[in-house]
Amino acid sequence: MSGAGEGTAAMSESMPPFPPAAREALGDAQLRANLARATHTIRDKRDRVVAELPDWEELREAGRAIKADVLAHLDSYLLQFEQAVTAAGGHVHWAPDAAAANQVVLDVARAHQVDEVVKVKSLTTDEIGLNAALEAGGVHAVETDFAELILQLDGDWSSHILVPAIHRNRTEIRDLFRRTIADPSVSDDPRELAEASRRYLRERFLTARMAVSGANFAVADTGTVCVVESEGNGRMCTTLPPVLVTILGIEKLVPTFSDLEVFLQLLPRSSTGERMNPYTSLWTGVTPGDGPQEFHVVLLDAGRTRVLADEVGRQALHCIRCSACLNVCPVYSRTGGHAYGSVYPGPIGAILTPQLIGIENAPTLPFASSLCGACYEVCPVMINIPEVLLHLRAKAVESGAKPGERLAMNAAGWIFNGRRRFAAAVRLGRLGQRPLIRRGRIVRLPPPLDSWTRSRDLRPLSGESFRDWWARRR
Amino acid sequence: MRVALFITCIGDTVTPEVGRSTVAVLERLGHEVVFPAQQTCCGQMHLNSGYRAEAGRLGARFLEAFDGYEVIVSPSSSCVGTMRECYPQLHGRLFELSELLVGELGVTDVGASFPHRVVYHPTCHSLRVTNVGEAPYALLRAVGGLELVELEAERECCGFGGTFALKNADTSTAMVIDKCAAIVASGASVVTAVDSSCLLQIGGRLSREGAGVRAMHLAEILAQTASG
Repeated sequence: MSGAGEGTAAMSESMPPFPPAAREALGDAQLRANLARATHTIRDKRDRVVAELPDWEELREAGRAIKADVLAHLDSYLLQFEQAVTAAGGHVHWAPDAAAANQVVLDVARAHQVDEVVKVKSLTTDEIGLNAALEAGGVHAVETDFAELILQLDGDWSSHILVPAIHRNRTEIRDLFRRTIADPSVSDDPRELAEASRRYLRERFLTARMAVSGANFAVADTGTVCVVESEGNGRMCTTLPPVLVTILGIEKLVPTFSDLEVFLQLLPRSSTGERMNPYTSLWTGVTPGDGPQEFHVVLLDAGRTRVLADEVGRQALHCIRCSACLNVCPVYSRTGGHAYGSVYPGPIGAILTPQLIGIENAPTLPFASSLCGACYEVCPVMINIPEVLLHLRAKAVESGAKPGERLAMNAAGWIFNGRRRFAAAVRLGRLGQRPLIRRGRIVRLPPPLDSWTRSRDLRPLSGESFRDWWARRR
Repeated sequence: MRVALFITCIGDTVTPEVGRSTVAVLERLGHEVVFPAQQTCCGQMHLNSGYRAEAGRLGARFLEAFDGYEVIVSPSSSCVGTMRECYPQLHGRLFELSELLVGELGVTDVGASFPHRVVYHPTCHSLRVTNVGEAPYALLRAVGGLELVELEAERECCGFGGTFALKNADTSTAMVIDKCAAIVASGASVVTAVDSSCLLQIGGRLSREGAGVRAMHLAEILAQTASG
């Protein structure tokens, strides 16, 4: 989600409803083809490398248990982390919301009279709309992840947690590069495209005086911050510029250094389908003469403590942003991420976004699922996504269901709650459906039920119900 | 064994042949089937749509209707799984049909004959909530004359999802179109499953496409015999 704010999904206001956005995405044949190919490729790779580990289920359980412990004692782990970072020469800032976090970054940039910062790919900074906030303050943020760069150059925004430009193919990228950073002879050969971006970015890395990153993990007892990535741009950002600011969602802590062992197995296998990611950067405060000489950590709440207060919903904070749930999701793999209107798309987005910004601002997202459960099956930290979806659906209904729907549901509840009423309703339904039946099928129904019959025939109520048959048979 | 039949609301009103077939199979195997008449709907639709209070009332009604019955069977894996999740006391008492036959009664050959090419769609809830495992496959393989063919991407959802099929009709349709394409490509003349709800979605789309493939519940196939 780059660019200067246009078309972005910084999570500060209400989300557009999912169904119409999904309809638009489903109508885009190129998008459908790109998505199907990309999600199925990653899905297969993940399945292969997960199958290699005999203790995968134990690892998942360990990941879940560590995250649950962190959330249960978050207050003390955060203070421990602050103390460790400070002792190692870093500065810790507490940001209750997006605006406060963005202000810290802007203040650091201004203190160093910097007007350009390089960035490591970070969902958390997308969530708080950092790029737009910096731009408004006269500081340009350069995305250095290949896919993020593509999106930034085109004023587009991410549609996948891990592969943000999953909705783009290489021909589209070649045309974009020809218009922006490469010379017109560049082909759609991935090597040439990568080389073009490398030349462009190398200059940025070498001249940048400040970098901004998110974090995958942070260790409470040592103050260590961890970023995992594939391209090496993160390593460049966290080692070359003299000033580094990390935005850290407060749920990203792990208690001890050795806990990383669990997550550094779970994350790459679940996300890219690799045994190990190419780059794992770990740093603790500042080291004189080596790497950034000024280091800031911004501890970001932005709705997280509210999520934490919800006993069922809090498991969404276990998420390590692997995106396995996106790739297996039958909804996501057809609609793509933009339909969710949020930085966090797919099944995890459907449970995280409404909790972070309030269910009233994203009431359709918990319904953007057939409850097939494929997400829960692959989640490396065992987030029971279907359970949280149901929990949030109930909240959405409580916060204001459509009056027509509530009426229909109440009526159905009343009918089902008495066997005579039920039988009478079935008799009435049989009469009502009579003019609609053509050759044993209902092919057209009035709204809102036409949303079924527009694409599917419907079997009518049977002329004799099971219970009538049973009674007759006695 | 005396078995109480949980017919489900859809099974009672839209697909009664599935219930009749369930009765036929169990009686053929020498079991007694009873039908507690107070039952209506288990409340899954309300639960999945966010109407918890209504779902709770219907769930309580379900428990009351089946109070005292030691073994309950239903031809709907989805309703069985949901009820077991909501009411753990139903574990060991409430079974989906294939679970009961294979897991509890130890039968795979129910004496059925169905000389057709059949493809099995493992529904999401049967796979991941009710966990019926291999039971439906074992039953189908033992049916006389039946040729069981493979379904490409069989674990992928058909797009039903209860009110999802209405609320997100476009996405649901995109899913069922892909499912039906895989079914047609399998070369089967019949697609079967252990959930009538998913079969309404798949069958409704096959019918709209004029695909010439029939959607039949597993119980219907198991009820067919060589003598007809």
